[in-house]
Amino acid sequence: MDELCTGLCQLLVESGADAGLAHFLSLLVGVLLVSGIPLVTVIVLIWVERKVAARIQDRIGPNRVGPVGLLQTIADMIKLLSKEDITPTAADRVLYNAAPLVSFASVVLIWAVIPFTPFHFGVDLEIGALFFVAVASFGTLAIMVAGWASNNKYALLGAFRVVSLLVSYEVPLVFALLAPVLLAGSMSLLDIVNAQTGMWFVVLSPLAFVIFYVSSQAETGRAPFDLIEAESELVAGFNIEYSGMKFGMFFAAEFLHVFTNGILMALLFFGGWMGPLYYESPLIAFAWLGAKGGLIYFTTLWLRNTVPRLRIDQIMAFNWKFLVPLSIANLVFISLALKVMQELGVSPRNLAEAGFVELLPTTVVLLVINGAMTVYLLGLLRKRGQEARRESMAARAALAQAVAD
Amino acid sequence: MNVLNEWAFIGVFAVMAPVFPALPIVIAWLFRPRKPNVLKSSTYECGVETIGDTWVQFRVQYYIYGLIFLVFDVEMVFLFPWAVAYNEMSLFGFVAGFLFIFLLTDALFYAWKKNALDWK
Amino acid sequence: MELNAITIGFVVFTIFTLGGGFGVVTTRNLFQGTIWLMVSLFGVAGYFILLSAPFLAAVQILVYIGAIAILITFAVMLTRSVTRIKERYIRIVPSFIGSLLLFLILLFGVTVPIFGGHLPESAPQYVASTRDLGIALVDENGYVVPFLLASVLLTAAMIGAIVIARDEKAKGG
Repeated sequence: MDELCTGLCQLLVESGADAGLAHFLSLLVGVLLVSGIPLVTVIVLIWVERKVAARIQDRIGPNRVGPVGLLQTIADMIKLLSKEDITPTAADRVLYNAAPLVSFASVVLIWAVIPFTPFHFGVDLEIGALFFVAVASFGTLAIMVAGWASNNKYALLGAFRVVSLLVSYEVPLVFALLAPVLLAGSMSLLDIVNAQTGMWFVVLSPLAFVIFYVSSQAETGRAPFDLIEAESELVAGFNIEYSGMKFGMFFAAEFLHVFTNGILMALLFFGGWMGPLYYESPLIAFAWLGAKGGLIYFTTLWLRNTVPRLRIDQIMAFNWKFLVPLSIANLVFISLALKVMQELGVSPRNLAEAGFVELLPTTVVLLVINGAMTVYLLGLLRKRGQEARRESMAARAALAQAVAD
Repeated sequence: MNVLNEWAFIGVFAVMAPVFPALPIVIAWLFRPRKPNVLKSSTYECGVETIGDTWVQFRVQYYIYGLIFLVFDVEMVFLFPWAVAYNEMSLFGFVAGFLFIFLLTDALFYAWKKNALDWK
Repeated sequence: MELNAITIGFVVFTIFTLGGGFGVVTTRNLFQGTIWLMVSLFGVAGYFILLSAPFLAAVQILVYIGAIAILITFAVMLTRSVTRIKERYIRIVPSFIGSLLLFLILLFGVTVPIFGGHLPESAPQYVASTRDLGIALVDENGYVVPFLLASVLLTAAMIGAIVIARDEKAKGG
């Protein structure tokens, strides 16, 4: 984006504009170009989401407006425009109106640091990986504000549950995020992708990817962690008092967040735009990133429409007693193994610049460690599952006995 | 200069980001019908009337999760520079980082043993 | 131009910081007070960016807006109906003197130990990166003792919180 800015800047300055103004205008054009991508994507995403959900549930989904229902979202938007927007009298008006804006903005802002191709990106921040976690915390705050400002018990209770879920799952998410940062030796997303030239990080630390995947599913409030829309327990959750376009914005933010996470996982673990012929043209690189992100996005939709919702105590226990210890152990094992191998000279000092062949011994060792951990964990989960089953059988037997008596 | 230029971009982006969702809301505000009445804008319109204050006392477990999260949040913040500097770090620094993680894992296990992680 | 952008940024973040602070002390609603506090701390994060310390800015947002704001709200909700305080605090003169004293203590207590009474002529040319920070944190000649002490402090904080919260639960049933 830098080249474009300077080019546009010069053009504007030559045509007699003030230098500061020219700089600002070129920044603005850059922002509009970068943010245009998520904004256009979200319109398509709503259609994709509905279509995929429909197919999984053996329905057809939207198919009337436009070819295969592609214009359905546009029609829905026009309909939403004509909907009355009710603000409850008891609500805190300023915060009530600000919450959906912050919620959507927090997701769009992540796209400022996403590199689309090796040369096309908004900015490449030194702290890119931390930036998107920090920005996402605005989304958490927005949910809390929405629940509080609605002045409704269901909304507040829903907001509290969701927020405690979101902050809890942020812990394994960030610990998993530390794995690619450690392997690349940088927090810049561009550096992280470039460091995967030798080997994708999903091969070097598959468990980190799995942890990241599960906790980002929770961060977006998707099943099996969809406390955000616990219709049966909390009527709807934090957004119960919202209607019309403001309600729509919460949903647009959620849809976009899921896809954004898909793209982020493609960047962090699947080598971003890397694929055959990516260096030929930025378009091919962009297509690779889109394809990888889209595929991960599709699996999250698949998961969402297949699994049932967990209870809040189960969700919390799963996070704090399984994911968090696992993510810490994963980080410890990876960093320990790498350090030992680096000291022995088996593994290159700088992983980011190592090629495929140099990385092979490292990869094999890390894969073995990850495999061993997975086998152990599966055994652990199996034991826990058997215990739970035995308990529930015993409870059922006791109940049957009580009924018989 | 370059670094600040990057952040100027983020700044403009941050100003513009809430404008995008605000636009459709404002357009909707121009077109939408306005027929408010007392019942419609009451809290939880179609349900039973709310009794008492909305700010009821919440359970302490939310606060405990919040606190544990805060502790881990600060820990993760310290670990990011550690992870970034990993390749150039001396063995001593590496062990120091390990000790740091170990101490906090300790706290997690303490919480676990005291049943502070259970949703009650 | 460069100076100009920094000046605009400084003015904007100062408005955020001071305006947020003003909001905190004037609002009588605890939740709105929390939001104002976050506005103020967001302004502080902006200062870090102007000082070329983006890592600290991200930390500021992550820890304060991501965790402290949530924690304060949870703490507020632990108590019953304190969001509507009816009493007004009216002793203006003592509080004015108190806050002025605190401000002076903070001003001199922070600036004098760092700059030794006189401000440096210019900012250092070298801007430290996050990697430098990471190496300094765990270096035996650097900050490894505070780094590990921070860990001990965090552990103590968590254990203390759990002990206190368990007492609360025992009383509440």
